Amino acid sequence: MARKPELNDDLISPARRRMALAMAALPLMGVPVLSRAAGPATATVNTTGLSVTDTEVVVGQLHSATGTMAISETGSIQAERLAIEQINAMGGVLGRTIRVIQEDGASDWPTFAEKARKLLVSDKVATVFGCWTSASRKAVLPVFEKENGLLYYPTFYEGLEQSKNVFYTGQEATQQILSGLDWINRETKAKTFYLIGSDYIWPRTSNKIARKHIENVLKGEVVGEDYYPLGHTQFGSLINKIKLKKPDVIYAIVVGGSNVSFYKQLKAAGVTAAKQTLLTISVTEDELLGIGGENAEGFYSCMKYFQSLDNPNNKKFVEAFKAKYGANAVIGDVTQAAYLGPWLWKMAVEKAGSFDVDKVVAASPDLEYKEAPEGYVKIDPNHHLWSKTRVGKIRRDGQFDVVYETPELIKPDPFPKGYQ
Amino acid sequence: MESLSEFGAILLMQGFNGLSVFSVLLLMALGLALIFGQMGVINMAHGEFLAVGAYTTYLLATLVQTYVPAFAPYYFLFAVVAAFVVAFALGWLVEWAMIRHLYRRPLDTLLATWGLSLIMQQSLRSIFGPREVSPEMPEWLMGSWQPMDGVDIPINGLFVMVLTFLMTAGLILALFRSTWGLHVRATVQNRAMSGAVGIDTRRVDRLTFALGCGIAGIAGAAFTTIGATGPTSGSLYIVDTFLTVVFGGAASLLGTVASAFLIAQTQSVSEFFMTGSMAKVLTLTGIVIILMLRPQGLFSIKTRK
Repeated sequence: MARKPELNDDLISPARRRMALAMAALPLMGVPVLSRAAGPATATVNTTGLSVTDTEVVVGQLHSATGTMAISETGSIQAERLAIEQINAMGGVLGRTIRVIQEDGASDWPTFAEKARKLLVSDKVATVFGCWTSASRKAVLPVFEKENGLLYYPTFYEGLEQSKNVFYTGQEATQQILSGLDWINRETKAKTFYLIGSDYIWPRTSNKIARKHIENVLKGEVVGEDYYPLGHTQFGSLINKIKLKKPDVIYAIVVGGSNVSFYKQLKAAGVTAAKQTLLTISVTEDELLGIGGENAEGFYSCMKYFQSLDNPNNKKFVEAFKAKYGANAVIGDVTQAAYLGPWLWKMAVEKAGSFDVDKVVAASPDLEYKEAPEGYVKIDPNHHLWSKTRVGKIRRDGQFDVVYETPELIKPDPFPKGYQ
Repeated sequence: MESLSEFGAILLMQGFNGLSVFSVLLLMALGLALIFGQMGVINMAHGEFLAVGAYTTYLLATLVQTYVPAFAPYYFLFAVVAAFVVAFALGWLVEWAMIRHLYRRPLDTLLATWGLSLIMQQSLRSIFGPREVSPEMPEWLMGSWQPMDGVDIPINGLFVMVLTFLMTAGLILALFRSTWGLHVRATVQNRAMSGAVGIDTRRVDRLTFALGCGIAGIAGAAFTTIGATGPTSGSLYIVDTFLTVVFGGAASLLGTVASAFLIAQTQSVSEFFMTGSMAKVLTLTGIVIILMLRPQGLFSIKTRK
């Protein structure tokens, strides 16, 4: 009689199966025999069940790669990728290579929340780099707080928020606004301002802060304040109103496609830098691609970073960015802020000696990052960054001449007193 | 009387602005009025044909800049023609592949063309990148004309105005004086009878749809002078466009002209006296009230029901 069945029995015998399972489980248990990690044992750096092995740590990236916001978020995606690649080339974080799971928020806020939950709950990522609009950040915030995740958020924004689970690598409103207004007041003796914005939370909150500062500190006057729906394309009436009021400074926070219409129509109506001072906090190198430098030449923009910044860190950064994304790639303020995220996370993890979110958060305050392209930055206990603010003058080629830089780092103040 | 002459200058520029907004509204509504009004097809992808026109301009601008920079000051006129040709061809293709199967199901065309608009947006994004682009405009087009001291008339506004006038006049002539126009009007009134007297109604449909798309392409090229060129920049105009066509009375070209004029003036004047968002609310409220009183729109063609 053939004994074939016995052979089969043997192959799947319970004893063998148990052994195979145990062997497969070895790496998960961090048994040192098979470990090739240069860093400390996984069991010690990951006590909360994150997706960390001896050789790899998984992080999430959550931006809009499709939909209307892709226009803005593409730069952030690229910068975070570059930073992670550079960190991996240096040996990773705690001896572990970073692997990225990229999710697409698709410019839709509920999708952001759903993808955030997926990254935190199913993928168990150690941290997430992501979001761009305040709306998307507000949508994912409850998820990050409930699941105790970690988010590095790159955009300059209106402030009035602080979460244990979020680090804000862009500027909050007062950092960006106040010193820019002080500068223009000093330089041009400007006393009258016309405030303009797209109609949503960031421009409205920012203009509120600007108005308080103009009236209470600069003792100037706001001669007009106007808001236009997102996507508005006709600014002729507004331009005539500005001509009637003759403000010393137009203070503009127009975003998206409206931005392009606004500057093209200003130029066509004869409102150019030769006749009118304009200061904006919503135009970076990215926006100038669409507006065209020739249509906004000579106007001022207030940011913490410009691609043309002349320091060795930035030269290296711009070179690496162009090597990866092409010679015509441009880098705006938010792109640089997004680049900081992975580095700040790496430093905090290494200081904490752990990937555990609570320990990383605890290790973050007062961390200094001296190699930042924008120059030296420091994390404040309120999870925002100390940074300098700069004013750039728009050039024809879509870049900026940096005409002013605050002498000191400005302390972040997300809940400014007297500006609410 | 410095202030009085200044007031006059503002009034003059404001008047021009009203006409300028009118031209923009009318130019984008023309193509849609043709497709929606004459064929009854709700083309949600109209804005994307506009974007196709804008990107054609961008492509041509880049080509000219690279290969024949001496031609740069004049390329724009050719860009307008090229935008028409590309959008027309694409419209022809879309009608053949999709629209013709859906003529008896107007609600399905709404969904199908909305899907088409998403596909076109993402295609533009994949081909040209998600960022906005800026076609280099000829200098003469971007300046302002100063007929007197303190008055700046935007030349790009004038350009759009002239273009709109030519397009409208051309379309009205074509509809009411050409054989094609006769066929279109016959098909709209009674499709079965038109077929019976030997009009190839399918061909008329295809030509009408493609022509509507071509006009959107022209609008797209013209709007690069006053607005953004990006994958979604067409969608900035789509709501106002539908509003203009519906408010005017769907089947009437004259209605579209009148409605564009009314909406533009209301918007332009109210924006001067209040903030932009409130002006929009006021304009839309006015439209809603008038549409409640006159559901058929401003003008309607009387037909035996």
